[in-house]
Amino acid sequence: MWKTLPVSTRHDGATRPGNSGATGPATRFSVRGRLALRAAAAAAWASQKAGRGKGSMIGGLIALKIDPTLMSQLGSGKRTVVITGTNGKSTTTRMTAAALATIGDVATQADGANMDAGIVAALSSHVDASLAAIEVDELHVPHVSDALQPQAIVLLNLSRDQLDRVGEINMIERKLRAGLARHPDAVVIANCDDVLVASAAYDAPNVVWVAAGGGWAGDSVSCPRSGEPIVWEERTGDATGIAYNHWRSTGTDFERPTPDWWLDDDHLYGPDGSKIPMSLTLPGKANRGNAAQAVAAAVTLGARAEDAVAAAASVREIAGRYSSVQVGAHTLRMLLAKNPAGWQEALSMIDHDVDGLVIAVNGQVPDGEDLSWLWDVRFEHFEGVKVVASGERATDLAVRLTYAGVEHTLEPNPLRAIASCPPGRVEVLANYTAFRDLNTAIAKENRDA
Amino acid sequence: MPESTVRIGLVLPDVMGTYGDSGNALILRQRLRMRGIDAEIVEITLSDPVPESLDVYTLGGAEDSAQRLATRHLARYPGLQKAAGRGAPVLAICAAIQVLGHWYETSAGERVEGVSLLDVTTSPQAERSIGEVITRPALDGLTQPLTGFENHRGGTSLGADATPLGRVTHGVGNGVGDGLEGVVQGSVISTYMHGPALARNPELADLLLARALGVDALEPLELEEVDRLRRERLAVGR
Repeated sequence: MWKTLPVSTRHDGATRPGNSGATGPATRFSVRGRLALRAAAAAAWASQKAGRGKGSMIGGLIALKIDPTLMSQLGSGKRTVVITGTNGKSTTTRMTAAALATIGDVATQADGANMDAGIVAALSSHVDASLAAIEVDELHVPHVSDALQPQAIVLLNLSRDQLDRVGEINMIERKLRAGLARHPDAVVIANCDDVLVASAAYDAPNVVWVAAGGGWAGDSVSCPRSGEPIVWEERTGDATGIAYNHWRSTGTDFERPTPDWWLDDDHLYGPDGSKIPMSLTLPGKANRGNAAQAVAAAVTLGARAEDAVAAAASVREIAGRYSSVQVGAHTLRMLLAKNPAGWQEALSMIDHDVDGLVIAVNGQVPDGEDLSWLWDVRFEHFEGVKVVASGERATDLAVRLTYAGVEHTLEPNPLRAIASCPPGRVEVLANYTAFRDLNTAIAKENRDA
Repeated sequence: MPESTVRIGLVLPDVMGTYGDSGNALILRQRLRMRGIDAEIVEITLSDPVPESLDVYTLGGAEDSAQRLATRHLARYPGLQKAAGRGAPVLAICAAIQVLGHWYETSAGERVEGVSLLDVTTSPQAERSIGEVITRPALDGLTQPLTGFENHRGGTSLGADATPLGRVTHGVGNGVGDGLEGVVQGSVISTYMHGPALARNPELADLLLARALGVDALEPLELEEVDRLRRERLAVGR
């Protein structure tokens, strides 16, 4: 009934890197590869003991230095799903890993480190797993796919990230498209509501289209294939009666493909008329789209759809995001956003019944030093909620809020900003380094308390 | 001062709005409303002809293909050029400089005709200019340093009819080695300070508004956070 590929039913137990002996998948490693894995494990252990974070990156970096072919050696025995896109990578990877775990052992990142070293670290921490769900930075997808030969590649969405660092979004789409062309056997799980993703996947021979939603059309007014305008119109799905935004290019034969999977507020619909109730632990529409793509990927590798949905629905926290934390008189919910589309999604998740909202914005290199995107985000009115502009670039945010007519106060230190809210529930929305630094500060505060 | 609502044209935000440039139209509207003057934003998309009757116009930046669509639309519906001809103020951001010039060369080396509202031409620089930019204003009516963020590959050369908006004290500016930033010609003011340039430069915002209203100056608006933002961003240049 489902589109399936041969499934290995082997359930290997996890083993420590380097101690796999002569049997099992470890025999596929070269002597140099085994040496690299052992060195990586030692370095990760040492780094962790030294209190320098999770250690996985250090291990991966050292392993790659000793044996640059390690990634393909690690990937060779696994059936792998690669997950990429501007937003939702870590969440979807976590959901895909959960869904794949219904059919076997899964190697995956614990920490969202999605470039070479982090990927090698994730794979080498679970060498004997038969399956892998690997988050990959957009620009790294082509060479990582060459190394891992994934069975499925999940394309979530493409929108403007920090342009002062990465480059223009159309270039990324073209690189992804070229990368996919080298892997005609991979099944591409692509979001048909995202024009740029659809363009990247359009020529691939095996595509499973998922109507995962397109919250941010701002980067796709012109057709990535012809340069002519894209025309949007609201339509109602014939079978389901669900309204969606159809799009088509006015310059070439390129329009929204008909989805194999789609959603409403309560269900996930799949091939052959299946309709599965889906209620997620994570908030927001965007996460429902992420879950749909995770389920489609897991089903492609042989999972039962109902099991995959249940697994994805149980995911509750991703590296501290969405988590609840108590600090003094405040119960915080932590939301992370890294770019305009992510901010718009996160703002839609804000609970208007809370007592305070702290928005923390930094402008360091990992965040993007250009804060212009603040003006692409629609800031709503938060009646009855105390709003505090915070972070190293709190003033840029405060000016934005002033012109949006949103009443607020200004306190650059996020901990003090939280403390300035009335006791009770506080939503904290932060960009990358602000989120990271605040988590560290909260951990210290609660340790010292 | 006119009795009726001030109408602010936001020109082609669907194709020319790469970096929050539509913020400029919002800032103009809010600075009028904060003074008790009615104002509204009129969005002009690729499906609309460009009206020539609006009081002030803003245009934003774009990537190559979107820039080409915008150029074609403005040439087909020359409302903006007619409005500028009668003296309506126009604020053009980043790639809009290139669209309003005689021609610009794309990163692929192709030359694309502009609408010739500005006596400038644009060719790619060797490297992209990215970062904070600060200038000393060269336009009558502006006394305070201008501050913004630039991110552009194009280098723009000014012809005889064009003058600069400012002289660079930090950053790159127009990118052809003459130390100039932006272009002023008639009622058109343009700058490589991209995105919401007016957020950091309220004096420039009020100059555009005063011209739109046909008055010498507007009553001052005290926005403490805007002053604080200027102090923070100008400190980058020290």
